[in-house]
Amino acid sequence: MSTLQPTQRRFIKQAHKDGSLSTTRFFVEISKYTVLIVLSITWIFPFYWMFTSALKNDSQVYTIPPVLVPIPAHWNNFYDAWTLNNFNLYAFNSVFLYCLPATLLTVISSTVVAYGFARVHWPGRDIVFFICLTTMMIPWQVTMVPLFIIFKNLGWLNTYLPLVVPNAFGGAFFIFMLRQFFMTIPEELSDAARIDGTSEFGILWRIILPLAVPALAVVALFRFMGAWNDYLGPLIYLNNEQLMPLALGINRLRSNITATGTAELAYPYLMAVSTIVVMPILLLFFFAQRTFIEGISVTGIKG
Amino acid sequence: MQMAAPRLRGMTKREKRSLIQGLLFISPWLIGFFAFTVYPLIYSFYISLTRYDLIGEPRYIGFANYSEIFFEDPLFWQVIGNTLYYVLLSVPLSLGFAFCVATLLNTKIVGRSFFRAVMYIPAIVPAICTSMVWLFLLNIQYGAINGMLQAFNLPVIPFLSNPTLAKPSIIMVAVWATGNAVVVFLAGLQDVPRSLYEAATVDGANGFQQFWNVTIPMCTPVILFNLIMGFINAFQEFTLPYLLTNGGPVNATLFYAVYLYRNAFQFLRMGKASALAWLLLIAVVITTILLFRSSARWVYYGGEK
Repeated sequence: MSTLQPTQRRFIKQAHKDGSLSTTRFFVEISKYTVLIVLSITWIFPFYWMFTSALKNDSQVYTIPPVLVPIPAHWNNFYDAWTLNNFNLYAFNSVFLYCLPATLLTVISSTVVAYGFARVHWPGRDIVFFICLTTMMIPWQVTMVPLFIIFKNLGWLNTYLPLVVPNAFGGAFFIFMLRQFFMTIPEELSDAARIDGTSEFGILWRIILPLAVPALAVVALFRFMGAWNDYLGPLIYLNNEQLMPLALGINRLRSNITATGTAELAYPYLMAVSTIVVMPILLLFFFAQRTFIEGISVTGIKG
Repeated sequence: MQMAAPRLRGMTKREKRSLIQGLLFISPWLIGFFAFTVYPLIYSFYISLTRYDLIGEPRYIGFANYSEIFFEDPLFWQVIGNTLYYVLLSVPLSLGFAFCVATLLNTKIVGRSFFRAVMYIPAIVPAICTSMVWLFLLNIQYGAINGMLQAFNLPVIPFLSNPTLAKPSIIMVAVWATGNAVVVFLAGLQDVPRSLYEAATVDGANGFQQFWNVTIPMCTPVILFNLIMGFINAFQEFTLPYLLTNGGPVNATLFYAVYLYRNAFQFLRMGKASALAWLLLIAVVITTILLFRSSARWVYYGGEK
C-alpha cells in the first residue's frame, strides 16, 4: 500500500465504502450464473452424447477415455440406421396412423365439449365439470386391463383403433384447458350473435373458434407430442412389426442389440435414430416455445 | 346430476332447452366417460374378483386375488417398498430442485428463456429416446460416466446393475426430466405481485425473509398442484423402470406399474392385475384427499377465494 499515491488510496477507499454491497452482489451474480451454466451443461450433456455417439464408429464408441468429439464424424450412420431398420415405415405409422388422427379428433371433440362447459349455462354444469376434472386423477393403469379386454373382444388388437378412437370423446385435460380459455372471451360477443338468431353451434364456429386458434394450437401441440412420445399404449396394443410406431421401433432396435451381445455399430445406430426421433419435438419447441410455456403455465396456475 | 334430476319437472322451458343444449355439447365427453371410465372401472372390479387369463370365461373366485396379494405374494410387499422409496424420494427431490431452479430463474437474469428451455426439454422429448441415452451413459462397460472414471483410474459405478444403486439412478434420471415443474413454478413465481416485495423491503425484510414470508406463501397453491401431479405420476412411473432396468436387478426397481403390467401382459393374470389396479386407485385417491385436507393448513389463497 505504501507505494500507492494518495489519490489512488482515496480511490480504493471510496470504492470499498460504497462498493462493499456491490462486491457481494458481484459474487452473488457470479455464483448464480456459475450454477446455471453448470446445470445447463449437465442437462444438455445427454443430448450432446446422443448426437455425437451417433456420429461414431465402433472404435470411437468403445474407447477409454470416451471420445468427446468424434473425428472423423460418420454422418452416414443417420441414413444407415434409419433405412436399414425400416424406420421409414415406423415414422409413417407414427405420423399418419397415430399422431395426426389422434390430434385431429382430440382438437375437435375437446373444443365442442369445452364450449358446453364454458359458454352454455345449464343446470348441473359445474358438478359435471368437477367430475370431468376428477377423471384426470384416475391412474392410466386402472382402466388399462379392462380396456384391453374390451378392445380385444372388439377385435381391435393390432390396430390403431384403441389408441385413436378414444380421442373422439375429448380429453379431460384439454377440455379443462380450452374451457379456461373460452371463459376469457367476452360474453357480449355471443349475446350479440344470439340476438341475431345464431345457434349455439354457429356461435362456436363463427365467433369463438377464430378467437381460439392459439388455444387450439396448444391442444394440438400437446396431443401430437403425447402420441409421438407414447410408449405404453403401443406396447400393449401393437405387436405386429409392420404396425409399430417409432417408440416401439427404437426399442426393437435396442432388443436386437441385447440379444446378440453388442452388434456392429449397435450404439451409434441406436443413438442416431434416437436423435432423429427427438428432432421434431425440439423443432416444435423452438418454433412454438411461447405456446408451450403459456399452455403449461396456465393449467398449472389455474389448477 | 343428482341436483338436476329432481328439479327437472320444475324447470322452465328455457332452462330445459339450455340443459339439452349443454348436454348435447358435452355428449362426446359424456359417452366417453361412461364407455372408457365408468364402465371399465366397474368391469375392472368385477375382473378383480375372478381368475381370467383371456382364454375362456372369467371364473368368479371372490376376494382370492386380494388375499393372495396381501398374504401370499412376498413380491407385493417388496414392490410396495420399492414404490414408496421411489415416490417419497423422487417427488420431494424433483420438486425441491425445480423450485430452487425456478427461484434462480426468477431473479434478474440474462438468457432466462434459454435456461428455462434447457430445463424443460428433457421433459417433452420421447422418454424412449432419453431412456436409450441414459442406458448408454450409465452402462458399466461402455458408458461415458464410467469411461471417465476409468480414465482417471477410479472404480466404476454399477448404476443400473447394482440393487442398491438402481433406484437412486432412476430417481436421478427422473430429476433430470422434471422440467414441467420448473416451468409451472416459474410462472407461479412471476405471478407474485411486485408490490408485496416492495412492502417487505420497506418493512426491512432481507432477501431470505422475503423468500420465506412472501415468496413461499404466495406459491403454495402452485406447490400443491405440483405435489398432487407429482405424486400421481410417480405412483404410475412405468417407462423409466421398464426401459432402464425392467424391474431388476433382483427386483430392486420393480415398481407398482411395472409389476401390474407384468401380471397383466406377461403372466396374463387379468384378475390379479385388476385387483392391483384397484388398490392403486385407492392409494391415489387417499393421497390426493390427504393432500387437499392438509392444504387448508398450509396453502394460502390470497384474496381470490
